[in-house]
Amino acid sequence: MAKLLPLLEHAVKKPVWDCRMCGQCVLHSTGMTCPMTCPKTLRNGPCGGVREDGHCEVKPEMRCVWVKAEERSHALPHHWEEEFHDLRPPVDNRLQGTSSWTNLLTGRDRRTPAGWQGVARERHSAVPGASMVEVDEPATLPEGFHA
Amino acid sequence: MSRLSDLIAAGTRPVVTAEFPSIDGGGLPAVERAADELRPYVDAVNATDNPAAHAHASNTSIAIGMAQFGLEPIMQVVCRDKNRLAMQADIIGASLFGVENVACLTGDDVTAGDEPEARRVFDLDSTQLVKVASGLAEGHYLSGRAIKQPPALFVGAVENPFAPPLDYRVLRALKKSEAGARFLQLQIGYYPERLEAFVRGCVDAGVTRTTALIPTVVLTKSAKALSFMDESVPGISIPADVIARVAGAGDKDAIAEESYRLTLELSRHALSLTGVSGIHLTDFRHDGSLERLVRDLGIGPAFDPVATASGATSG
Repeated sequence: MAKLLPLLEHAVKKPVWDCRMCGQCVLHSTGMTCPMTCPKTLRNGPCGGVREDGHCEVKPEMRCVWVKAEERSHALPHHWEEEFHDLRPPVDNRLQGTSSWTNLLTGRDRRTPAGWQGVARERHSAVPGASMVEVDEPATLPEGFHA
Repeated sequence: MSRLSDLIAAGTRPVVTAEFPSIDGGGLPAVERAADELRPYVDAVNATDNPAAHAHASNTSIAIGMAQFGLEPIMQVVCRDKNRLAMQADIIGASLFGVENVACLTGDDVTAGDEPEARRVFDLDSTQLVKVASGLAEGHYLSGRAIKQPPALFVGAVENPFAPPLDYRVLRALKKSEAGARFLQLQIGYYPERLEAFVRGCVDAGVTRTTALIPTVVLTKSAKALSFMDESVPGISIPADVIARVAGAGDKDAIAEESYRLTLELSRHALSLTGVSGIHLTDFRHDGSLERLVRDLGIGPAFDPVATASGATSG
């Protein structure tokens, strides 16, 4: 089943959303419009190159993914509409091709590097007030690797 | 922190930034010449990062060169060409040489340049890069690995108040501001009413409490230059009547003069807006018009009486 799930997910999401299997799906927070279909794969809103007619800088025949996303976000339930404004973290490229359904259930899709959470990892940090944090994802952050 | 950040924080006069010309050959003397031309009139200058997806001497090398020649650099970093490791390394590396101002951009697509077959990277987007760069200044890489004695970076970004979705641009500015952008240089635009709405929106949303807005104007000398930007530069649209006004001004000299007047009007309008901290100048003329513009506007180190009185000029 674990091997079949990505295939199943792709079979469902590719025809509907042109899913790219990034493995960390954010569709509900982007107006059910896949940000990975943006030629620049932007996760946090439109670039400055959107054409006057709302079309894409790179593909003039295509409406800007983020223009669509912004429009559609207003048709979603309120809490999803609000999530449109979230700062989405950098893509974890290791998840490419894996099932975002699995990653959602395991919480794997919400793991971010310690620096994204604004904390320095070493005991003698130069940041005032920054303390050593327990890192609960040893696989993501090899403690001591750089020591 | 950088001189630019001090000037913005002081708020005693509008800051003036500009764009450094692209450098290819000619060695450091080429950098020095360009720095000498700009230094008297501006507070800081953008070292561009492969502008319009054309390769040139790199952002880091130009920023370091500028710093060596006494011109304050704003190092642009675009997400198009490098992954997160390389971008962090560039920012940290340049900071060793005193480069403290960093402007984070998405970057024009590779298809806008002369090597459209290149691989596009976009490992981070510009808002993520703002947060990552701010993290470097707080003492850690994105991984969380600590940086001892981190650089005092002044991190900013850009925003385009003139491109769709227009209503969303203020929220995007807010997002960048919350991610750590302390200044936003704005895209070139020929719709003053859009700029006005954007700036007002940013004031109302609280963006300007933490983040300086710096609109951009461009010095051109022909209607053809305007048409080119309208048709070929991503995210820039110019109303037909504006192009017609310049095109219909008369002979070549009259057209150049009308182009200048247009830029002067746009600059005056931008600087009149509450919430605007300065202006960014892009010079496509290279005929002394930049000096004329800051003189006519009475701004910048050379022509601002407030700055002169308070001794804020660098001589």
